[in-house]
Amino acid sequence: MKEFDIIVVGGGHAGIEAAIAAAKMGCSVGMVTMDKHAIGRMSCNPAIGGSAKGHLVHEIDALGGVMGLIADKTGIQFRTLNKSKGPAVWAGRCQSDRKLYSEEAERVVSSTQNLEIVEDSVLEAIEENKKIVGVRTGKGEEIKCKALIVCSGTFLNGLMHTGLSSTKGGRFGESPATGLTESLVKMGFVSGRLKTGTPPRLLKNSINWNILEEQPGNENPEPFSLRTPIYEFPYLPQVSCHITYTDPIVHKILEKGFDRSPLFTGLISGVGPRYCPSIEDKVVRFADKERHQLFLEPEGLDSDLIYLNGFSSSLPAEIQFEALRKIKGLEKAEMVRHGYAVEYDYFPPYQIDLTLETKLIEGLYFAGQINGTSGYEEAAGQGIIAGINAALNIQRRPEFILKRNQAYIGVLIDDLVGKSTNEPYRMFTSRAEHRLLLRQDNADRRLMKYGFEFELISKETYHELKEREILIISSKQYLRKRKIQPGQINSFLESNNLSIIDNTETIEKIVKRPELSLRTVLEQSNGYDETILKLLNNEKALQQVEIEIKYEGYIRRQEELVAKIEKIEKIQIPLNFDYTNLKAISTEGREKLNKIKPRSIGQASRISGVTPSDLSVLLVYLKS
Amino acid sequence: MHFEDDTIVALATPFGVGAISVIRVSGEKSIETIDKIFIGKIKLEHCRSHTIHYGKILDSSNELIDDVLVSIFISPHSYTGEDSVEISSHGSVLIVEKIIKVIVENGARLAEPGEFTKRAFLNGRIDLAQAEAVADVINSRNEASFRGARNQLNGLLSQRVNFLRESLINISSMIELELDFAEEDLEFVSLPQVLEKLYSIENEIDELLDSYSFGRIIKDGINVALVGKPNVGKSSLLNYLLKEKRAIVSEIPGTTRDIIREEVAINGILFTLYDTAGMRTTHDEIEKEGVSRSVETVKNADVVVFLNDALTGFTEDLYQQLKSITEEKRIINVLNKIDLVTDSNIPSDVKISAKTGEGIDELFDKLKEKALGTGNYSEKTAIVTNIRHFNSLKKAKEFIENARESIKERLTGEFIAVDLRNAEDTLGEIIGRVTTDDILNNIFIKFCIGK
Repeated sequence: MKEFDIIVVGGGHAGIEAAIAAAKMGCSVGMVTMDKHAIGRMSCNPAIGGSAKGHLVHEIDALGGVMGLIADKTGIQFRTLNKSKGPAVWAGRCQSDRKLYSEEAERVVSSTQNLEIVEDSVLEAIEENKKIVGVRTGKGEEIKCKALIVCSGTFLNGLMHTGLSSTKGGRFGESPATGLTESLVKMGFVSGRLKTGTPPRLLKNSINWNILEEQPGNENPEPFSLRTPIYEFPYLPQVSCHITYTDPIVHKILEKGFDRSPLFTGLISGVGPRYCPSIEDKVVRFADKERHQLFLEPEGLDSDLIYLNGFSSSLPAEIQFEALRKIKGLEKAEMVRHGYAVEYDYFPPYQIDLTLETKLIEGLYFAGQINGTSGYEEAAGQGIIAGINAALNIQRRPEFILKRNQAYIGVLIDDLVGKSTNEPYRMFTSRAEHRLLLRQDNADRRLMKYGFEFELISKETYHELKEREILIISSKQYLRKRKIQPGQINSFLESNNLSIIDNTETIEKIVKRPELSLRTVLEQSNGYDETILKLLNNEKALQQVEIEIKYEGYIRRQEELVAKIEKIEKIQIPLNFDYTNLKAISTEGREKLNKIKPRSIGQASRISGVTPSDLSVLLVYLKS
Repeated sequence: MHFEDDTIVALATPFGVGAISVIRVSGEKSIETIDKIFIGKIKLEHCRSHTIHYGKILDSSNELIDDVLVSIFISPHSYTGEDSVEISSHGSVLIVEKIIKVIVENGARLAEPGEFTKRAFLNGRIDLAQAEAVADVINSRNEASFRGARNQLNGLLSQRVNFLRESLINISSMIELELDFAEEDLEFVSLPQVLEKLYSIENEIDELLDSYSFGRIIKDGINVALVGKPNVGKSSLLNYLLKEKRAIVSEIPGTTRDIIREEVAINGILFTLYDTAGMRTTHDEIEKEGVSRSVETVKNADVVVFLNDALTGFTEDLYQQLKSITEEKRIINVLNKIDLVTDSNIPSDVKISAKTGEGIDELFDKLKEKALGTGNYSEKTAIVTNIRHFNSLKKAKEFIENARESIKERLTGEFIAVDLRNAEDTLGEIIGRVTTDDILNNIFIKFCIGK
């Protein structure tokens, strides 16, 4: 009989990170996937990153994950969103070559030591005494394991809808995963149903490109990964996206199909994401809006396909086709594949712990869409945490939990566990109360120490970070004292129509002026010394120093808040703590606490329905 | 959620009863906090545990609130197990409130019900049986305040605060929209419009803050100082009320030997009358103390009844002295003993006879009018009566001011959002809302998102 330390079910974005992290940490890992060429396949849009999602990719990278590296290798357009705003909300986004992304992902997975790809499906999880011991597969095999990480994406009892007809499957042309939900429900888990959708794919050369608005990438693209060699980047030729709009005529045609919409006729029971509604949903809910923006995204350099972002639909195929032919630039468009909605099982995430281990069965972990999230990045972020924790658990090492003030990944998991979710959960920067501290630019300084500790980050990379950190800290101290004379900078200020300085000022003070960059000021200050030269030659350190000087006041205030909250976060609650008899706690508070079983007073304080006086009472009982 | 080791303050003795009140302060920074407002022989931080010190407590404009005795307890040898300070002041409701207010202004916060005992337990100073009793206390007090929240006054306040919080969430949504959905085809926020909205929210908070003094009056009554030269009829007036109105609630011993204090409820409003001693300059030590008490009473009074004798005329020098201590608009000129004259041209607002009772009802109407104003407030107005709510509103206002500052400095949305969120949380504390998903929910409802 086959045996692994850890079995990972699924080769999607969560599965990849989970399997690679655990294997690199020294566990033998089996990745069970129905088709090894489907590893890393992008089910929906061919893009990585975006607002808050870019942050997640940087964090995964700092922990030693692979998503950033693969995205860098296979990206065909890179942009930084929100560049006109402050650094906390700058977010990287790339268009990926869908085929190359999947190929690169498969290559990375297959070349990882300790990691074996098993082409099969998992029908049943096997437990003994509330502890995972193995799985039974579709090919009738039994495989033993000490830990099982389920990353099933949209495949658990997947059902695809177009118009009134539905097909079983987790993704176009692929079978669903059956049996596993039922086996988990038998163990005592509660399952739910969610829905998501994908838009039609169009034939590239059937589109009238000349009349469409072009959206090119950044002139100087920036990679996601710190480990991507900058001189080789970007690896691939860069292409543009295009923008077009629907109009009232298009909306009228769509309306003709509403009587055959699985969404409106109640055929779909799963809850869909409100931030990513189908086109028919937009037309109904925002009836006064005359147009909706659509993005035409290339699926790849060699691909004939164009992804029509913003036009996700489960209306009958002929309605989709008729409507899109009325859209500017798409008058002669060929629809290669119609849009569809997919419903799938998930397990409301109050059933997992902050390590992503289930509360019910030891050694069983859930990551990705099974926990109710949507998005590749959200999945990958959970994958790496589940992989690390499964390995730590087997090696009897202390668990690894990221806090809300440390990472978006921490916010994501804390939200899932503490609030659960009944619609697909997507990350937004506004979910992070410590947003000013959780920036892309400092993801390495926040998290790489963990990646190094788990040997997912090499000594060299970590050493580079340490060097950079020393440079950042010493430069900040130095610039606080280093003076600049009016004579050194005033001619520059005058020629740029900026107000001049009357007295000698420290560099720190003058850099606080919003219109001046640190580089400019350093270049004006006579007599480069060693620190300044070093800083001018290290773009990443320079950027950090600049941000920390310019936004010092705000950053300090958030840090103070974090320090205050830290105290209640530290007060632990035992996992088996029974709230039933604590009559002094409000009834609602008691129910919620019993269901979610928070790990700390901090986590308890974020549960809606738990009042401050409930927490006071809880503190008293915890002490006894 | 409060943090468990911040500094808390509360009155430890029963409210409004007794010659001496004890105010208890506990927490890491309690000694440091009291040092900021206490003027004694030496700094308290240099004092040993279990020592008592005489000195003065000053308010934020460095004016004397009261002479007090301060006891120092250094961790772990205190009731709570933390550094603690106990302030023994004169037992006046006003003095106690002023002292607590200035302590809060210097960084402490008001203790929750049962909190001192809870801390005592958490620090191992009391045993489990006692602690469980505490849990019940926390709960029962909470129930009581919950019931309290159903009364109309609090209901209106909640509505108003909730409305302000929602207005802020709307503004936050517009700002967050731009940060999280930059790619969308949406009209983004206009900053001048946001500034204007913030400004109007701030004004509304100001109105609520202003209502606090009114709310306090409703809750605690109107403080009236009776002033006049000897034999002008102050005691007669008090005696008349005592006998004829039969409305005396209680007789509370004065804070000093020279002040007599009576409470009388007329038409549902509680008046606390303070009979002051003389106010002239003197060298007699005991009398001096009396004079300074009188001055203090006049300063703290919502209304000052300035009594004149219809037979002997208007005491101009005393009137001038009064005006130097309190605002002129707080003073009511009352002419007493009108039963003894046929006509009088002595200036007055009300003419009474403490002997026959003539004009007394009119006097109380005037008192009410002076204290409450002529009535922007009605039963339909939201009124702040609780100092915790008052403090939260003040903090919220500061956050909104910060946000406006950030806009003026042309900082981008994520910086503005920090203070807006703090303001929303602070208002949320008043009405017990803690959810953080409100902004996103609002965005999903109002805007068409979805690339």
